[in-house]
Amino acid sequence: MPAEDKERPAFRALVDRVLTGEGRASEEQRARAFSNDGLAPPPDALINKVATTPAEVTDADFAAAKASGFSEDQLFELVICAAVGQSARLYEAGLAALAEATGSGEAG
Amino acid sequence: MRLEILNSGYRPGTKLLFALIRLFSGQPLPDAAKLVFYRPDFYGTRAKKFTHEAMRGPSAWSVGDRELMAAYVSKVNGSAFCIGAHTATASLAYQDGAKVQAVLANLQSAPIGEPLRATLRMLGKLTAEGEVSGDDIREVLSAGVSPQQIEDALAVCVAFNTTDRLADAFGFEVLSPEGFEAGAKYLLKRGYR
Repeated sequence: MPAEDKERPAFRALVDRVLTGEGRASEEQRARAFSNDGLAPPPDALINKVATTPAEVTDADFAAAKASGFSEDQLFELVICAAVGQSARLYEAGLAALAEATGSGEAG
Repeated sequence: MRLEILNSGYRPGTKLLFALIRLFSGQPLPDAAKLVFYRPDFYGTRAKKFTHEAMRGPSAWSVGDRELMAAYVSKVNGSAFCIGAHTATASLAYQDGAKVQAVLANLQSAPIGEPLRATLRMLGKLTAEGEVSGDDIREVLSAGVSPQQIEDALAVCVAFNTTDRLADAFGFEVLSPEGFEAGAKYLLKRGYR
């Protein structure tokens, strides 16, 4: 594989930004949305759908999250973290399988 | 879109830009394009860079192949906006809409080469099941796909698993055929930057 891979560093920059850069949601909440693990209800239902069955997200999922005190900017961030988080797991799984198949020992 | 900030929460200069685009293109700006203008430092700037690299950076896959991968991954996710956008873009890139429709209708019988078919099958499995095995990858390699091509295809898959999720969660409005056609022309001319 070429030393000058630009895709993985570009994705890593996105991951680092959404998890640890300035945000309206706390870093802890963003990390939980990213990993789809441990976020309290009701945004947990919205975040789980974003990660697993995004086509099933409804207006009511956002309404419930807003009613519990989350601002639109916080939900903007948490939904993005959930989408990027699921994608990061897919990337890791694909690159690990590629490393196994090629015997390169390089898993992302 | 489901968040009001994504409909009207833009800076005055950005709103003016949206109005000018609408005036000159005759089409409203697609929600996918609007999203990356909202607080671009949080998501849009880096997402555009990654997506452009995956879709337009150096690769042994053609632009049409990568747009087809985007459409196929979106089909597996059931993401209506992204299926429409990337079906239109792949069709325009290949100058062959029938081929793209055939892939989305039935991958096994579609008139494409085995390397692309094997790659799409693997991306579909990864998207649907969240994992692929070393054997799945070895099947793609034995179809004649290089490790670098697999890595490039994985980046496309990752970019569109992100975009599909945001399209469906935020509720991107599905465009008319003319709207998707205009978007396809833009994406082939300018890419994702």
